[in-house]
Amino acid sequence: MEPLVLMGDEALAQGALDAGIAGAFGYPGTPSTEIFEYVQAYRDRPVYARWSANEKTALEEALGMSFAGARALVSMKHVGLNVAADPFMNAAITGANGGLLIAVADDPGMHSSQNEQDSRYYAAFGHVPCLEPATQQEAYEMGYAGLDLSERLGLPVMVRLVTRLAHSRAPVVPKPAVVPPRRPVVSDPTRYTLLPVNARRHWAALAARWPLVAAAMAELPWNELRLAGRRLGVVASGIAHNYVMENLEGEEDLPSVLKVGAWPAPRDLLSRLFDHVDEVLVVEDGYPFLEEALLGALGHTPKPVHGRLDGRLPRTGELHPTNVRAALGLPVRPTLTAPLSDLSGRPPALCPGCPHADTYLALNAAMATHPEGRVFSDIGCYTLGALPPFRAIHTCVDMGASVSMALGAAQAGVHPSVAVIGDSTFGHSGMTPLLDAVRADAPMLVIILDNATVAMTGQQETACSGERLLSILRGLGVDPAHLRVVNPLRKHHEENVRILCEEIAHPGLSVVVPTRACIQIRK
Amino acid sequence: MDLNLILAGVGGQGILSIAWVLDAAATAEGFRFKQAEVHGMAQRGGAVQSHLRLSRDPIWSDLIPDGAVDVVLSVEPLEALRYVHALRPGGTVIASQNPYVNIPDYPDLEPLLDRIAALPDHVLIDAARLARAAGNVRAENMVLLGAASTLLPFAEATLLDQVAALFAAKGETLVRVNQDAFRFGKQMAAFYRVGLVEGIAPAELRRRCAEQDPRTLAPA
Repeated sequence: MEPLVLMGDEALAQGALDAGIAGAFGYPGTPSTEIFEYVQAYRDRPVYARWSANEKTALEEALGMSFAGARALVSMKHVGLNVAADPFMNAAITGANGGLLIAVADDPGMHSSQNEQDSRYYAAFGHVPCLEPATQQEAYEMGYAGLDLSERLGLPVMVRLVTRLAHSRAPVVPKPAVVPPRRPVVSDPTRYTLLPVNARRHWAALAARWPLVAAAMAELPWNELRLAGRRLGVVASGIAHNYVMENLEGEEDLPSVLKVGAWPAPRDLLSRLFDHVDEVLVVEDGYPFLEEALLGALGHTPKPVHGRLDGRLPRTGELHPTNVRAALGLPVRPTLTAPLSDLSGRPPALCPGCPHADTYLALNAAMATHPEGRVFSDIGCYTLGALPPFRAIHTCVDMGASVSMALGAAQAGVHPSVAVIGDSTFGHSGMTPLLDAVRADAPMLVIILDNATVAMTGQQETACSGERLLSILRGLGVDPAHLRVVNPLRKHHEENVRILCEEIAHPGLSVVVPTRACIQIRK
Repeated sequence: MDLNLILAGVGGQGILSIAWVLDAAATAEGFRFKQAEVHGMAQRGGAVQSHLRLSRDPIWSDLIPDGAVDVVLSVEPLEALRYVHALRPGGTVIASQNPYVNIPDYPDLEPLLDRIAALPDHVLIDAARLARAAGNVRAENMVLLGAASTLLPFAEATLLDQVAALFAAKGETLVRVNQDAFRFGKQMAAFYRVGLVEGIAPAELRRRCAEQDPRTLAPA
């Protein structure tokens, strides 16, 4: 078939589409967003694809589709899996009926994230087998074959991508599309009913058959051992394999290489590599997951192991062919110049005309007389309010944490205690802490920036904007006298400052909703 | 022939459009390629870059190793300097001389351009002027693509076809504007390179380029 030019994200989605998924679920988050968007744009046959409120509802919805016997894809960024951790941890205990593919895009180097957590630990924690593509073609094939694998094992399967594969394009050769016959809806009433009496039985059964799952994963073609030189053996996982092979091009004294594309890691291939070589280098993007597993609690192995833990590779941050080259002991390539250390940085910034900018100008003016006050912010474009010229916020921790942290701080006497959260993040994880704040009538101000879109990730549909947002706020019990809608424009600055000051002075909960569409969707 | 490029600029300047044209040209001419780009937070007015690798042979890494970059193609002068450390000895910088100033500590322009001009192989282009001459100032990215075109392993007709494909949905006028921008960039880069070979000092060369009418500048 004709090759398609696809990013890693898109290749995975195309693979899952060609394997007959009936639906895709997800919440936007860099670098995973394009997985779902690709399915959303697909027109060859009807596939359900509506953004979910958050990653937890997305994974549960996908689990329901799998329960019903259809194949499902759910996608999220690495920190989204924290939100979805509750269903994730139980999904291997219930198992999958229709194929269930959980695509998680990690962000080593934190290009657009608050941490660089490695989702393979979740795979191990939840007993969910994990595939890790090195190339766009593998992302496609893992999307395609991963659904078969899920049904064959009766388990959800995770595909772990990293930013550099998620957002890198290359030609991909697709396979013929199939739509497999629907499996029957689950009829055993105990299988998904995790009462302790059932859950104990399912968990014991999963633990008992885990060695068979590990054996099946070890046999997959994405693991590959190439024995060569005896001096060094390299264990290279996912995209790290590309960086290793890039540097071995044209070298004569080739090390032995074990490419790892599936977890649980292939024990037999690892043993053969260790038997063959004098020492081992583990190269993996993200945390030293395999390296720690090899070293175990005792910290010694039959042959010395090098990697991120002993400093052969940087302990944190993203891999790059250049730092992998050094770890392989190869000479530095000559360059035209040394890095220029005196260049001005160019961090991201709010767009010219952004409504958040006007809100922050008003908020800074209202807070000017309250140096003891604190502003708790959240995940979105408005997090850029931390940077000059605004320097308007004090925190950004996780989705929804603005409201809940402001509540905790207010109860500890911080005043003014202000939360700043966007409409989509509010729908994702802000409603539940606001319910806490309503019940406590906590002395705090919640500012919900309603720009009618999920802006940072590329203007996706928001679940909670406009009149629906106001209805939700009233429904949660926010006092209508302290629910104020303002228009964040420069010409309303004085009025907006006055309203913010009034609500800061109110001794209970206030919610102010600056409402103006994102400048990007107005274009 | 293998070619490794870093495309550089500021979020919103259209480097992904340059990448799209190059990907499509590579497909049309049977090249393998990998093209890593930046999405998300940095696209909000931050520094962005795309690594683009072209080869007849399989390509391993999506990122280009330091010392293996052949060309830095930048829609913005400060952003060009951000990646010169990754160039191989003998590598080339093709850069716009038009600053995108959205930071308070943007350096003085002339010394900045002189730093680029001090590199052994470079072209500086007034992309904004040529894009305006072509009919739309937003076509700066296509001016730069044209300026780099003689370093690329593709036929000019292939590149112009893909420029047309990129803008086809937006109407014939924009197709023509962007193709003209490409041609103006190519011709001005040739004029600049001849000037460098003749030993004209870079500042003087920029002044002479500014006097040239891109519509009448003879194809090199």
